[in-house]
This record gives sequence, structure tokens and C-alpha cells, in this order.
Amino acid sequence: MKFIDEFRDKEIAEGLIQKIQRASTRPIQLMEVCGTHTVSIFRYGIRGILPEQIRLISGPGCPVCVTPNQDIDLAIALSRQNDVIIVTFGDMMRVPGSTSSLQKEKAEGRDIRIIYSSLEALNIAKEHPERRVVFLAIGFETTSPTIAVAILRAKEERLHNLFFLNSQKRVPPALVALLQSQRVRIDGFILPGHVSTIIGTNPYQFIARQFGRPAVVTGFEPLDILQGIWMLVKQIEENRAVIEIQYRRIVREEGNPIALKKIDEVFDRDESRWRGLGLISDTGYRFKESYREMDVRKFDVEVEAPKEHPDCLCGEVLQGIRSPSECRLFKKVCHPENPVGPCMVSIEGTCHTYYKFYQP
Amino acid sequence: MCLAIPGKVIEIEKNVAKVDVGGLSRDISLDLCPDVSVGEYVLIHTGFAIQKVDEKEAEETLELLRQMAEAI
Repeated sequence: MKFIDEFRDKEIAEGLIQKIQRASTRPIQLMEVCGTHTVSIFRYGIRGILPEQIRLISGPGCPVCVTPNQDIDLAIALSRQNDVIIVTFGDMMRVPGSTSSLQKEKAEGRDIRIIYSSLEALNIAKEHPERRVVFLAIGFETTSPTIAVAILRAKEERLHNLFFLNSQKRVPPALVALLQSQRVRIDGFILPGHVSTIIGTNPYQFIARQFGRPAVVTGFEPLDILQGIWMLVKQIEENRAVIEIQYRRIVREEGNPIALKKIDEVFDRDESRWRGLGLISDTGYRFKESYREMDVRKFDVEVEAPKEHPDCLCGEVLQGIRSPSECRLFKKVCHPENPVGPCMVSIEGTCHTYYKFYQP
Repeated sequence: MCLAIPGKVIEIEKNVAKVDVGGLSRDISLDLCPDVSVGEYVLIHTGFAIQKVDEKEAEETLELLRQMAEAI
């Protein structure tokens, strides 16, 4: 496929690996923020071909994984109300809540439907005017504008039976929390290419200015990732710290202003709860006054008290503090057929990726 | 979840484009990326075009990488 195959060229990759090897003189830890990067890095064996002193650590960039139990439990409680249809992206189905999952609830006969695009939620609401349709609005900035478009259209079309369980997250302030916590050393960031397609590079400037770390917005093919790593190594070796774009064929400095405007029309920024990282200010969205009637959180519904498996390390894995292989449940109790934590459910979850590709 | 793939625009009607993705055709919304023409490539995420692919930048990146590989 055009714009994919060219960025998998073996000879160029070999050249880049040599460049990285020659440039790298000191031990560094780089965090790939995005789960899609983690998958690519493992799929193409990139960890294994880098010099030993370059260590890649996986970050919190999997929206399914960072969705807290409270929100999954709320979705499950809503699904049990007879007039409710839950619509969700497929990744959420198997994520365990405190005592159940949407998949289990569906097997029990609840009306839970998987959609590919937020706009399908509108059609389902139109087809079932007598029922309340609840869309599980999860995702990072890549997905948020698509959710905003669905909300704007629902308003325009006066759909009164479509609601949103908003658990969307903003990436940059979560990186502030990671850097401030100092629980893991991060010498540079491989920044998420598709989140950055929407937000551009401005929201990341604090990484260089406040924390003195370099960061490179990177694409997802092997050459993209190798070039991104090379750009980071070069900055670190030259004692520079700026925000650069490797993924120039897609990402502009200003992001996608039309998409950003859609988000701003519908949402204000708000604190948000992340699995593992807790409540972080400014990392979420709340509905603007004129769209608040679509907020599912105003429903009167009893939700069980959240609880998590005491041995699940998902929270620490999401922060790059622990690796999945350090978890006593990993591969023994917890595997893709029986996931204990969300990091094993999502195909972009670090535990799932380790399970699939990691050879110690 | 942030997976997005490039597709070639083959038809546009109002704010919906028919795109070719690796030989398969599908309809996507242009709400977030209205300024595209037939023949151009867009990046697709959950049924929406979220950005145009800049072919010139793609070629420049590849050319730079080729030169780097040759210089070794």
C-alpha cells in the first residue's frame, strides 16, 4: 500500500540502525507513549536491533487500558437497564470491570452493540426512538473530534435519545504527570503520530521547555520509528531538547484546526481519572452547558464500588514503571483468553503486545 | 485505538468520500478534513478523514532516509 510499503524498506532500515549505533554513546531510556507504537516496535523487532544502551519503555497510550473501572462499571450498570442500548468500539467489550464485562453482559442478553464509527450511534438512535442509546465515548485526541462531530449532529438533528458516557483523555497533561512523578527515568519521548495529527506540536512544548527533554512526533512504520529514535538520540547526544516532527507526511505543527474547533465547540477541559495514574487535572473533557443533556452521568443509576485484582500490575505497566513480565499473573492466570487487566485485553495494551511478541 | 490508515479518495459527494484502502472501497466522513480532492490520499480513523497525506513530504522524508543509508 502506498505510504506504507515504502516505509518498510529493509536497506534503508539497516542504514538507519547503523546511524543510531554510531551516534549513541550513553545509556538512555525513551518512552513510546502510544500503544500503536508499542505494537509496531515489537512486530518489527525494533527493541532487539537497537544498541543495548538504548532502552524503550512503553507508556500510557492505550485508551482502553487507561479507562478506569468506575467508567466500565457505569457502562455495565447502564446496560442492565431495560430501555438502554450500549454502543461501543469493539476494544471495550472484553475489558473487565469490577465484577463483569460488557461481553459477559451481552451474553446475559443485554443490548450491547459494536460500532466502527461514532456516526453509527446516530443511526441506531434514530432506529430506536423509544430507547436510550448510550455511546461509550473513549479515546484520545485522535478520536475526540469524531465524537464531537456525532454530538454536534445529534444536536442538529434533535435526537433526544442519544447519550454519551464521556471517558475521553488528553495526552499532553498525562505526560506532565509522568515527568513530575519521577518514578521512571525518561530521557526522551517518541510522541504519538495520530494524536499529534489533531493537536500538532504546541501542546508538547513544555516537555522541552520545562523538563529539558527532547521529543519527536513519530509515524508507525519501521522506518518512521527508526528515524524518530535516531532524531532523539541525536538531540540527546548534542544536548538539545526540542519538539521535532518525524511524521511530516501527516503531522503539521498546528495540527488539524478544524478538528480542534469541533472539540472546543462541544467540550471544556476537565480533570479525568486514569487507571494507574489516578485523577489528573486537565486530562479530560466535560460537556459545555448547551450539550449537557447528552451527558449520561446525569442518569440516576446505582454502580457497584470499584475493585481491582490486587496482583494486577496494569497501573504500573501503564506508567512504564514495571514490565509485564514482572507481573506474577502474566501468562499464568492472565492471558488474552482470560485477561485480568485491560492491558491484556486491548490489542494495543502493553501486556497483550508482550504476550504476543516478547521472547525473554 | 489510535490506529489510522491512508486511503485514496476516488469519489466525493457532499461531505462523504469514497476511498480506496488497499483495494477495498469504503465511505468516510470529510467533516474533519473537508479540503480534499479526488486522487489525493487521506488518513482515515474510525470512518473519518483526519488529515491529508502530504505526498511531497513523504517523498522528501524517503529521499533523506535513502541518502542517509547510502552515506554509511
